[in-house]
Amino acid sequence: MMPSIDKSAIAAKLNEAVPGAVMGEDAAAILINPDRLVEACLFLRDNPELRFDYLSNLTSVDYPDHFEVVYNITSTTFQGDTLTLKTPADKADPEVPSVVPVWLGANFQEREVWDLMGIRFKGHPNLKRILLWEGFYGHPLRKDWKEAYYEEPVKPFSSRWPEGHYQRAEDRARFGDNVNYPPDWDPETFQPVPDNVRLVDYAELREEVTPGLVTQPFIVNMGPQHPSTHGVFRMRLVLDGETVVALEPIMGYMHRNHEKIGERNAYIQNMPYTDRLDYVTSMANNLSYAVAVEKLTGIKPTERAEYIRVIMVELTRVMSHLASFGFLLNDLGAFFTPFLYALEEREFILDLFEMTSGSRMMCNYMRFGGVARDLPPEFLPMARDLVHNRLPRKVDEFDALLTNNEIIKVRCQGVGVLPHETAINYSASGPVLRASGVTYDLRRADPYSIYDRFDFKVISYPEGDTYARYLVRLGEIRQSLRILEQALKQIDDTAPGDILSVKKAWQIKPPKGEVYGRTETPKGELGFYIVSDGSPNPYRYHVRSPSFINLTPLEAMCKGHKVADVVAILGSIDITMGEVDR
Amino acid sequence: MNGLGVARGMLITLWHFVLSYVEDIKNFPRRYRSDAKAVHQPVDTRGVFTVQYPEERLRIFERFRSFPVLIYDSETGQERCTSCGICAKVCPPQCIWIVRSKGPDGRPRPQPAEFNIDISICMSCGFCAEYCPFDAIKMDHRFELSAYEREQAFVYDKKALLVSDKYYAETHPVAAAEEEEARRKKAEAKAAR
Repeated sequence: MMPSIDKSAIAAKLNEAVPGAVMGEDAAAILINPDRLVEACLFLRDNPELRFDYLSNLTSVDYPDHFEVVYNITSTTFQGDTLTLKTPADKADPEVPSVVPVWLGANFQEREVWDLMGIRFKGHPNLKRILLWEGFYGHPLRKDWKEAYYEEPVKPFSSRWPEGHYQRAEDRARFGDNVNYPPDWDPETFQPVPDNVRLVDYAELREEVTPGLVTQPFIVNMGPQHPSTHGVFRMRLVLDGETVVALEPIMGYMHRNHEKIGERNAYIQNMPYTDRLDYVTSMANNLSYAVAVEKLTGIKPTERAEYIRVIMVELTRVMSHLASFGFLLNDLGAFFTPFLYALEEREFILDLFEMTSGSRMMCNYMRFGGVARDLPPEFLPMARDLVHNRLPRKVDEFDALLTNNEIIKVRCQGVGVLPHETAINYSASGPVLRASGVTYDLRRADPYSIYDRFDFKVISYPEGDTYARYLVRLGEIRQSLRILEQALKQIDDTAPGDILSVKKAWQIKPPKGEVYGRTETPKGELGFYIVSDGSPNPYRYHVRSPSFINLTPLEAMCKGHKVADVVAILGSIDITMGEVDR
Repeated sequence: MNGLGVARGMLITLWHFVLSYVEDIKNFPRRYRSDAKAVHQPVDTRGVFTVQYPEERLRIFERFRSFPVLIYDSETGQERCTSCGICAKVCPPQCIWIVRSKGPDGRPRPQPAEFNIDISICMSCGFCAEYCPFDAIKMDHRFELSAYEREQAFVYDKKALLVSDKYYAETHPVAAAEEEEARRKKAEAKAAR
């Protein structure tokens, strides 16, 4: 086990090194004076005894009298639990210093906080909206913001029962009543905010290659409708010939304000919504949310439920990594042959999910304190057959099909290199981080569920390129199969039917408090930051999504490469837009 | 860089290609008949993975869930729902609308007067069936529900939602037997008291 974090000792040390930095402590966090925030963070990052070099999560909470920016930081050297820092911001004019100079991984997360909560970050290199469009009126995660067709602050809505006369939302609030405009807005004179952001200084890039012939870079919008972008995702590239000079990811096309929906829902009602975050790995998202709420409430799942959860999540990992090979090879031009081979294996795993949970993709299977239903009798024989016979054979086949393929090596080796320190500083997670030589897997670094019982290796490769990311995923499939073999053996020692440790109830009221629960999903670190005010609905519900934050280093990886390599690099990060846009 | 890796990959692809024909020929007459039964793909399936829908269909697992239905007793014609409202409360997208019926004296009766589910909003999570204390609302297997119009066709009223307990026992044999057993035990315990 990793040493747990002694918050008070760190606070004392911090206050000694940076006088006036610590404003106090609460049950979960150290409160930092915003004026000394950057210095305090630099100290925590660089102190050789602390080495908090990884910004896991950055978010904000809207309290009645102030805003609060929350930082969850951890150390890839010492590993273990996260340390929570908080800094207050004024309600009328919220502004705190940016921590981008300390952790580059804060870049997109601070833009998200500005976009949705309206807190400005002083010193941020590019503070503009990220999920919504420039010119959007209001900041939707604030408690006083009401969305279109707003009905009531929390579910269940009283109009549904006992006098639930059906009415469409469109009839209840006509168009016009449900949209917020700025007070002086006039459709006749409205001019959209221009989106011609200058990524680079063009004057500098103009060059005369041959006398009289001036070349200049140009902008190419790749996406949102592009087969290589894995959904509706746009990259604005500045190209010099075919070489990428600058890149800006533009997202939010599928934004649905998942977090606001989550604050309206009762705790259990969020479970099916987490399925829709990364729709390839819904079981892993379920587990992550269940782990966070169980941490908040102190519920402990039963032994059998723990094993079922591990089996489901590791099957998800196998399936997601196999599909990611398919996507990567699609992007490289091996159109659909490897992809369909990968989907064949996925079909069996989805059959297992369907026979157990009732749905192939939107499983909605985990509950607080266990799982929804016990395994059907045909599950274990089929899963064992799959894990012992078919999947290892198929992984070897993929290995033979792809690993030594010369074209793949030429296209992937040395492409999109993310060096060790940069990867950590950018808060990359999952296979992207481990392919950069960082042995950091939450199943080992901060064990949750029953992962401390299994024997497996954390795969990591030092090269940091696209090929290393492929190799990490290949290795992880084999390690997942090892975990599955052990779990499928040990589950026989548990009592069938014992799947829920608490009484089945649709409403829970967790105690007041806040929690950051995180797990290792196939894409990386998926975290849920939940603030409870003791009511049946979360006061704040934030998702730290790995796909979103793994896009932060995309520009650093792509600079200097050709456009065709950008496609390969994006494929190797393995994003799912449902999770990026939330 | 001698091309051996590519050649090896091509051999694997070729093997898959050959297998797809072998498996197709093995199933030749059945696969192309229009009365083909539901197919089940065992773990050692090789070659062809495609299912010729709608002539062929994949097996539906008992727990498969599409949209909710209400159950009535086929002997008495009585619906099981008592309009307690738990399904409407737990529904994450809030697509269940219930009007509780009232007797002549104005007191609420344990029966829904109206029961509407907007299945264009329903996310098929299955919470309503899971938390219903009376086994009155269950997840159905029917999934071919297209319509020419979207505003009225997908708001299912009580008439559209009701199915008999016999239908439910046919689609969900294991679950229906388990629930029957649990109800019987409960009734016995009640009688013993």
